[in-house]
Amino acid sequence: MNKKKTALNSLHRKYGAKLVSFAGYEMPIQYTKGIIEEHKSTRENAGIFDVSHMGQLFIKGDGSLAKDLEKIFPTDLSNAKLNQSKYSFLMNEEAGIYDDLIITKVKDGFNIVLNAACKDTDFKILSKLLDNKYQMILSEELSLIAIQGPKAFMILEKVIKGVSNLKFMNGGSFNYLNENIYITRSGYTGEDGFEISIKNDKAEMFVQKLIDEGASLIGLGARDTLRLEAGLCLYGHDMDINKSPVEANLEWAISKNRIIEGGFIGFEKIKSQIEKGVNKVRVGIKPEGKIIAREKTSIFSEDNKNIGEITSGTFGPSVKAPVAMGYVENSFSKIDTKVFLEVRGKKYPASISNLPFYKKSYVKGASK
Amino acid sequence: MSEVKYSKEHEWLKLDGEIATIGITQHATEMLGDIVFVELPDLGSNVEKDGNAGVVESTKAASDVYTPISGEVVENNQSIVDDPAKINTDPENEAWFFKLKVKDKSELDSLMNKEEYEKFSKESAS
Repeated sequence: MNKKKTALNSLHRKYGAKLVSFAGYEMPIQYTKGIIEEHKSTRENAGIFDVSHMGQLFIKGDGSLAKDLEKIFPTDLSNAKLNQSKYSFLMNEEAGIYDDLIITKVKDGFNIVLNAACKDTDFKILSKLLDNKYQMILSEELSLIAIQGPKAFMILEKVIKGVSNLKFMNGGSFNYLNENIYITRSGYTGEDGFEISIKNDKAEMFVQKLIDEGASLIGLGARDTLRLEAGLCLYGHDMDINKSPVEANLEWAISKNRIIEGGFIGFEKIKSQIEKGVNKVRVGIKPEGKIIAREKTSIFSEDNKNIGEITSGTFGPSVKAPVAMGYVENSFSKIDTKVFLEVRGKKYPASISNLPFYKKSYVKGASK
Repeated sequence: MSEVKYSKEHEWLKLDGEIATIGITQHATEMLGDIVFVELPDLGSNVEKDGNAGVVESTKAASDVYTPISGEVVENNQSIVDDPAKINTDPENEAWFFKLKVKDKSELDSLMNKEEYEKFSKESAS
């Protein structure tokens, strides 16, 4: 199969990327310094992530669009302020998650950022649900670049004036080389940062400028250790079509008024899960010692009952210990509950942990 | 001490009398990436040529370690268990994995010398 390439492909090669196949794209898993160094440089300085494989969907429409999208998403979109971003889900009737996404209200409609592996399916589902009433564009002309870390705002400000005034989960239009580009203050690493939507033919030059200003390229490997330390879900692993946002412990992302009003796909299920509770729920898991519990590792109770499964696990370079997430039976989900993880036939002690594993210590004087 | 031998599973072996010191190659560490966990065979256990003899895990994945020859484990390197990053910095010296009392020296015949291994790892990488 022919792998798709992002506009930064040759830049990745120039900086010594190890390229792998990911969601149909040839993407960098790491560069020359390796995952741990890349992880640390994001936490201490600023990391650049090519997330151009993700879908950038634009839905254009007037007042009725927000109402029509609210029939699909469990998010308050009618009251969204201009340039405000919200985390949301595309679900089926059973509240199973097709995708997790970020919806931003823009002047002429809504922008939605979708997972790479889901974007084509999402587009079909949404086209059908909206009954082709609105213009929908899944862009092929735009790259998406994230810059994350405590120095991200300083570095980006040098390249694009005014970005450091953006508030978290808010976006805005900016000028770069006489081109209008859209930037949101957001990310998926547990750090402050930005996501920049920019034309493909300007992307390489823009990223090179960020590198020259002191940021470094970060691959998918460190992106995974960063998001896991931050307690953030990876679609297809920590959430999927067989899990609901309530089971995924993401109830906070469903707008309060929408839970009362209903009227979105999956509402009945979500309502009943909130009222009656769920059988299994996503938790953080901290293995004792150094053992790493990867995806599909079985979780046992102290009396040796199989109570769940790990969905993501690795070594956390900033917490300097193994970290994991998984689903356990609800009665075992309390923080500090002792559990056992079966790795290569042996059972190792671990405990249910608070998320995130890594808590940001914000630098004083950093931009709000 | 005799010359260093190499296996197709990217382990190296140095023989000193009856005792073989075994580790993983520089090339192996480059393929694995940052190593964050290692499990070594128990002292006194017997391992079989090409059989499992531990695990290394990088931030990305877990990989089995195989022993290129059979023998009894007479020493294992606790310093790499405590600090697995050593395996990335000095895999072919300080970060050896375990020492075996060799069962059958003729098993070494099937292993590669340095030149053969370099050729092999180049070909298997491409």
